Amino acid sequence: MNIQQPSPTIGLNCHALSDKLNQFAKTEGIRQWDLGAACSNDSSVQVDRGEAKQMKGSQRSSITVRVWNDQGLIGITSTSDLTDAGLGKALRLARQASDFGNPSDVPAFSPQAKAPLPDLHRPLRPSQGIKRLLEMLKQAEADLLGRHPSILTVPYNGLAEASYEQIYLNSEGALRQMKRTQASIYLYARAEENGRKPRSGGAVRLALGSQDLDLSGCIQEAADCTISHLDYKPIQTGNYLVCFTPDAILDLLGAFSSMVNARAVLDGVSLSQRESLGSTIAVPFLTLHDNGLHPSHIGASAFDGEGTPTRKLCLINGGRLESFLHSEATARAFGVAPTGHAGLGAKVSVGPDWFEVSTTEGESSGSNLHHQKTKEPFVLIEGLNALHAGVKASQGSFSLPFDGWLVNQGEKISIEAATVAGDIRTLLNSIIHIEPDSVIRPGGISPHVWVEGLSITGEA
Amino acid sequence: MIATYTPDQTPALESESFNGQWEGQLESLLSRGRSAGADLIEIFLEQTDHLGVLAEQDAITSVNPSFGRGAGIRVFLGERDGFVSTNDVSEAGLDKALEEALAMLGLQVNGAINSSFEGLKTLQDFAIEKRNWLKNCPELQEASEHLLNGTSLLEQYGKHLQVRRGSYARDWQEVLVAASDGTFGRDIRLHQSVGLNVLAADGDHRSSIGRRYGTSNKPDDLRQWNAEASAREVCESAGIMLYADYVDAGQMPAVLANRFGGVIFHEACGHLLETTQIERCTTPFADKINESIAHEAVTAIDEGLTDEAFGSVSMDDEGMQSQRTVLIENGVLKRFISDRAGELRTGHPRTGSGRRQGHTFAAASRMRNTYIAAGPHTPEALIESIDHGLYCKSMGGGSVGPTGQFNFSVEEGYLINNGKLTKPVKGATLIGEAKEVMPRISMCANDLELAAGFCGSVSGSIFVTVGQPHIKVDSITVGGR
Repeated sequence: MNIQQPSPTIGLNCHALSDKLNQFAKTEGIRQWDLGAACSNDSSVQVDRGEAKQMKGSQRSSITVRVWNDQGLIGITSTSDLTDAGLGKALRLARQASDFGNPSDVPAFSPQAKAPLPDLHRPLRPSQGIKRLLEMLKQAEADLLGRHPSILTVPYNGLAEASYEQIYLNSEGALRQMKRTQASIYLYARAEENGRKPRSGGAVRLALGSQDLDLSGCIQEAADCTISHLDYKPIQTGNYLVCFTPDAILDLLGAFSSMVNARAVLDGVSLSQRESLGSTIAVPFLTLHDNGLHPSHIGASAFDGEGTPTRKLCLINGGRLESFLHSEATARAFGVAPTGHAGLGAKVSVGPDWFEVSTTEGESSGSNLHHQKTKEPFVLIEGLNALHAGVKASQGSFSLPFDGWLVNQGEKISIEAATVAGDIRTLLNSIIHIEPDSVIRPGGISPHVWVEGLSITGEA
Repeated sequence: MIATYTPDQTPALESESFNGQWEGQLESLLSRGRSAGADLIEIFLEQTDHLGVLAEQDAITSVNPSFGRGAGIRVFLGERDGFVSTNDVSEAGLDKALEEALAMLGLQVNGAINSSFEGLKTLQDFAIEKRNWLKNCPELQEASEHLLNGTSLLEQYGKHLQVRRGSYARDWQEVLVAASDGTFGRDIRLHQSVGLNVLAADGDHRSSIGRRYGTSNKPDDLRQWNAEASAREVCESAGIMLYADYVDAGQMPAVLANRFGGVIFHEACGHLLETTQIERCTTPFADKINESIAHEAVTAIDEGLTDEAFGSVSMDDEGMQSQRTVLIENGVLKRFISDRAGELRTGHPRTGSGRRQGHTFAAASRMRNTYIAAGPHTPEALIESIDHGLYCKSMGGGSVGPTGQFNFSVEEGYLINNGKLTKPVKGATLIGEAKEVMPRISMCANDLELAAGFCGSVSGSIFVTVGQPHIKVDSITVGGR
C-alpha cells in the first residue's frame, strides 16, 4: 500500500496513511494517537534582466504524529520520511517522548474534530508549468523595467505556483482532508538616479492559480511605489500625525497578536491577562476580527492543526477585548470552545489566520482625514520593516524602520530613512480615524488607520 | 518524574547512511545529466535528526524530536540553473527529480553516453571521525536536567521574573555531495544551542531578555554549559533594563560591545560581500576590490575553521573544503564570499561558502564565522573617547534591505556621558547604510569574542557566528522616542 501517490500534484493517500498508523500503533501498544500531514508540489522561477536566473521545483511531504501514553501524557515526532520504516520510527519516538509529557498541560482531541467543515469555495487551479511561469515573469520584469529610466533592475522577483494537501487524522476516526492551490508573484525594483541613493519598492499578489494572478496590478504598484520614492529627503526627528496603510497596520497588529492569543496569556508573555476580556484596550470605533474564511484569503484552510473548523472570530469589538484565539487546550483552560487557530504539538501553538480591521458599527471617529485628500502635514507609513527585531511583543514596545512619505498640502516626499517607535497599547488608544474604504491585502483587510503623536526618528 | 529515554539513532546506521556506497547510483545520475547536455549537475543528499526541548518555570513543557531525508538536484546550463528537491530518495525518486531539473532548462535524458564525465573523485569523507557524535550527545533526561537547572538558577538570581524559559536544540545532519566535476564529499554536522529567556515585570515596567549559546561539533556542549554564569548574565540584564528609560532619538557616536555586537558587521556589510548581492546589483561594493570601503582600523574575516564555532564547516554544501577568507584588510576590500553559482556568474573564486539550510534549498554564497579582527585599544579607551553617545552592550536582531540600508535593535544600552557609562536605556534601533557607516568604525578594541547566531537569507536559515571586539562608530542614527 503506497502512502505517497504517484500523482504529480497531490501526493498523500489519506486512507492508506490512516491504516498504516493504526497498524503500527497497534503493534506498539498505542491506543490514542493523532496525526497531521502536509504535502506540497511547487514550482518557481526567478529572472534577471530578461534571462532565467533560477528555476525551482520541490515535492515535500511531512507528518507530525502525537501519541498519548498509558498515563495520558503526550509525545510528538515529526518526519519527512514517509516510508514504512519512517512512520514506525516516528510512532516509537513519539511514544518515548510521551514519557516527558507535561502533566499540567495535556492537549486532548478537539471536541470539534469531527464537526462539519465550512465550505471555502476554493476551486483547484491547474498548474501552467514552469515554462509558462518563466514567460510570464520575464514579461512582467520587462514591463516594470520599462516604466521609468531609473529602474535598472528588479533584484527580488519570483513567480510560483503550488498545490497543497493537508490532512488531520486521529484514532477516534476523525479524518480531515483539504487540497488547495496557490500562486504568487513578487516584484521588488531598484531605482537609482545620478548622485542619489538607490531606492526600492515592490508589490506582491496572490491567487488560487498562476493564470489568475493580477500581473498588471502588481507591476503598476511596484512601479508606482519605486518611482514615488525617487525624490527623497530626510525627515526631522519628532512627533507626527501618522497614517498607516492597510499593509502597515496589519503587519503591526500581527506582530502584537500575542495580545489576543490565549496560549501567550496562559504562558504569561502576553500584554493581556485572563481578566482582560471585556476591558477597553482601544478606541471605541476600532473593531478587529480574525477571519480565516474570508473569500480573499487565498491561503485559507477549512480546519486547524487539531482538526477544529476555521471560523470568523471577533477579537476587539468597539475597542473592548472580546475574545482570544484558542487551541483545544487553551479553550478548555478558559472554559470556551476552540476557535480553530491551533497548530499541532506537544505544547500546541496558537496563531491568527487573517485579520479584518474595521470601524465599529454605529461608531464614528468624527474625523474626515483621508490619505489622499488631507492638507495638513502627516507621515504616511507604507510598510514596516524588521518586525522580528524591532517589536518587543511581551513589553508592548516597537521601534521599526519604515518606508513612507511626508505628505504636506497633498505633496508626497519620500522619507530617506527613519524609524517609528511607540507602545502598542498607547497606539490603540491614539487612533483618531479609520478611513471608510477597506483594502484587501495578502495579509488581511483594513482601511488606512490614523494615529496621532507617534515618535519618528529621522536623519535631518 | 522524568523517565529514561534512549534516542533512536537509526539515521546513523551504516545501512541507511549516505556514504560511499551511493557512488554508483550517483555516477549514473550525473552521467545521464551530462549526456542530456547539462554543463554541470550537483546532487545533495541529506538526512537529519533534530531534538528540541523547552523548559518553562520548573517543568519540561515541550519535547520535539524530528528526522528526515531528502535530496536536492541542481543542473547548470550556461549561467542558468534548475533546482529540484524531493523527500523521495529512492532510485525512482532521484531519477524523477533529475528529469524535472533537466526539463527546466529544456534538456531531457537520452540514451547517449557522454564521455566528458570522468566519474567521481575519491570520496572526501569528513564524517569518519564523527559517526558517534549523535549518540554521545546528552540523552533527553540529561538535557532536561540541565535545562531545569538553568530555569532554577534564573529563579535564584532574578527578581520580578514572570516567565523563566530554557531551551535546547540539537541538530544533526549527514550530507553527501556529488557533482559532475568529480566533487564527492561527505560530512556530518552537529549543532547544539541552549538558551535562557526571562520576562521581568513590575507594575508597568517590563523587560524581556534572552541569551543563546551555541557550538558545533561538540557532543559535550550541554554538559559543559556554564548555566550559572548564563543565568546571572540574563538576570542582571533583565533587572537593569526593567526600569530603563526609553532612549532619545538622534545622531550620535556609539560603542558596540564585543560578541553579538558583531551583528552590525554581519548585517551592514557581510551580506553585501556575498556574490548573490553582486548578481542582483544590490551591493555598492561590487567594483571596489582593492579599494578602501572602511576605516583603516577595520580588518574583517569570514572563515569556517574555528574549532567548535557555530558557523564552522569541514566542507561547504557544495563539497568544497572550508577556508579562511580575509574580506577587508585595513579598510581595503579584498574578497567576496562566493559559491559555485557566484563564481560562474560574477567571476569571484569560490571560498567554500556555498551553504544551505537543507536539501530543499539550492546553495548560495553565505557567511560562516564572520568577524572584525581585534585592534589595539582597550574597551575603556573607546568609551572614554566619547562625550555623549550610546553604549550598546547587547544587540537584538537586525536585517539589511535591498538598497543596503540596515537596522538592528539594541537589547541592552547605556548612555555615555563625558567618557563614562551612565543610565541604562531601552528601545534603541540603529539604522544606516554600510557604505556610510563602515568608514566611521574608527576604533577597535583588543577583546575579540564570537557569538552563535542564525542567519536567514536566500538559501534558508543557517548556523553562523558573528563577532567583533568592542568597536566605536563615530556617528550613527539611533531610533528611539
